[in-house]
Amino acid sequence: MKATVLKIAMAAGLMAGVATGAMAQQKNVTIGVSIPAATHGWTGGVVYHAQETAKLLEKGYPGLKVIVKTSPDGASQANALDDLTSQKVDALVVLPFNSDELTNPVREIKKRGTFITVVDRGLKDPSIQDIYVAGNNPEFGRVAGKYFVDNLKQGNVVVFRGIPTVIDEERVSNFEKALEGSGVKVIDKQYANWNRDDAFKVMQDFLSKHPKIDAVWASDDDMALGIMEAIRQAKREDIKFVLGGAGMKDMIKKVMDGDKMIPADVSYPPSMISTAMGVTAAHFYSNAPMRGTYVLNAQLITKDNAKDHYFPKSPF
Amino acid sequence: MTETVLRSTAEKRRLNLDMRALSPFIALIALIIAGALINPDFLTASNLLNVVTRSAFIAIIAVGATFVIAGGGLDLSVGSMAALTAGVMILTLNNLGGGDVGTLALGMLAAIALSAACGLANGLIVTFGRIEPFIVTLGTMGIYRSLVIWLAAGGTITMRNYDLRELYRPVYFDSILGIPIPIIAFLVVAAIGALILYRTSFGRHVVALGSNEDVARYSGVPIWRVRTLTYVIQGICVGIAVLVYVPRLGSATPTTGLLWELQAITAVVIGGTALKGGVGRVWGTVVGAVILELVANIMVLSNFVSEFLVGAVQGAIIIIAMLVQRSVHRGR
Repeated sequence: MKATVLKIAMAAGLMAGVATGAMAQQKNVTIGVSIPAATHGWTGGVVYHAQETAKLLEKGYPGLKVIVKTSPDGASQANALDDLTSQKVDALVVLPFNSDELTNPVREIKKRGTFITVVDRGLKDPSIQDIYVAGNNPEFGRVAGKYFVDNLKQGNVVVFRGIPTVIDEERVSNFEKALEGSGVKVIDKQYANWNRDDAFKVMQDFLSKHPKIDAVWASDDDMALGIMEAIRQAKREDIKFVLGGAGMKDMIKKVMDGDKMIPADVSYPPSMISTAMGVTAAHFYSNAPMRGTYVLNAQLITKDNAKDHYFPKSPF
Repeated sequence: MTETVLRSTAEKRRLNLDMRALSPFIALIALIIAGALINPDFLTASNLLNVVTRSAFIAIIAVGATFVIAGGGLDLSVGSMAALTAGVMILTLNNLGGGDVGTLALGMLAAIALSAACGLANGLIVTFGRIEPFIVTLGTMGIYRSLVIWLAAGGTITMRNYDLRELYRPVYFDSILGIPIPIIAFLVVAAIGALILYRTSFGRHVVALGSNEDVARYSGVPIWRVRTLTYVIQGICVGIAVLVYVPRLGSATPTTGLLWELQAITAVVIGGTALKGGVGRVWGTVVGAVILELVANIMVLSNFVSEFLVGAVQGAIIIIAMLVQRSVHRGR
């Protein structure tokens, strides 16, 4: 993870250097970062990367102050946004809990002339944002689906869904679209709430219900771990592999080590918050245009490139 | 003549009581029949053992909840408490570092001690602080949950020692005489719970306290001590549940034990314990926990309910089960 942040910081620093000749002139900028609290593995990763990046950016840009605030739910995040604006921030980097609740609070902040960067889940009114950084959810499903078509060719697949949300729907519908016309068939799908225990239970039930399952799309690394344990208990030999997603370090390690059941993973990096903070800071310290939309690839992680995605120090 | 009248009302009351105690079992049988009709794989031994085994956590926690609720209290913190206890237990095991039985025993001891302490804290704040148990345990629910998130830094607390994991794993996955160990654990916990609730003066005090606190006080029941002890029992039950939970996945996350408090309360109520206190049924509670897990199992095994509607059907089945129970009571 350090490598990614360093790369971003360096790239941003380089741009600043090229554009202004040097970072000699002192400039006082405050960036507020509002993110969900660490209540799930992935958001835990977001918090970790945000804090690490804040330190690096403050070191890299003299006069820059980064305030990171975490909130346990949408309503508290709206309050946290109020607190941040009372501290007079020049820019706000926000990963909103949900689009509906937080669109208006962010719009109020925008009205004061604050520079707005939105991460991951968009706002209802995209004209509010100056920069948008996001993972690619449709692509996340499509890449996974393509992996099944390429590697399984044909067979029966069970699908684990997360929590009923737009993100989940985009992933699953594009996964199914990618399978169309191939011999790979989804025989069952069920919600397991991006939760290890729930995935364990649902997998036990799938194993009772279906005598032959060729592969599992776990669609999330946390759920994949619960599924693996259920398969191990049932001693079933028919399942060839389980494909998770998001890039949890334990799973990347398995891919690196050549685990037969976990041959690959699909990235959805919590470090996207670092990308967002990096380009936001660069906006103030360089003359290069930074406004726009940055969509990060949903990348297939295999044995060959796994080491680029392995951050042993991250909690996720 | 008066004697016969008395006897017949007594008999009637006994019959009535039996029906109340029996109704969760009737609901259980109805569900099993429904499950068998929906999917023939439902009745396989492996499926039924899986379902009963994984109901063990909620069943064990709910036995404790039976005491708290029968005594007129409520504990919303059990899910967070379970997550915190699991996290601390794993961290203890990781720090001790050894891969032997002694290390494991120390970790288990730490888990029970911590959860009992958490229960004691709940009990003392409720009794000495004179605050509604709903509010107290709502507060500690947040505290315990935040502590485990903090310990995990938002990530996952995982057992690092591979030997220890393999040593501990059988506690969830192995069986004695064909009965999985978690099932044995919850039967033992329920038996002890039933013994305490039905056969000791403490048990009678709990029920007396739940049915009318003032009357109990005037009858000389040591209210504060009894109430605090129900929360300690709840804590110990959470600790035992964690001992069975940790070997399953060998990890604790910020989402561990989420909503377990509601499942435990549901199991207690399905089992025939009154939510307002004064009645406690340990065996009903255990059956209630199995019913909850069975409903979820049948929903996944059924082919005709969209995954979007599973939650709705589960909710409806629970409400219907309660309505059936109620009408059985009225019919007597």
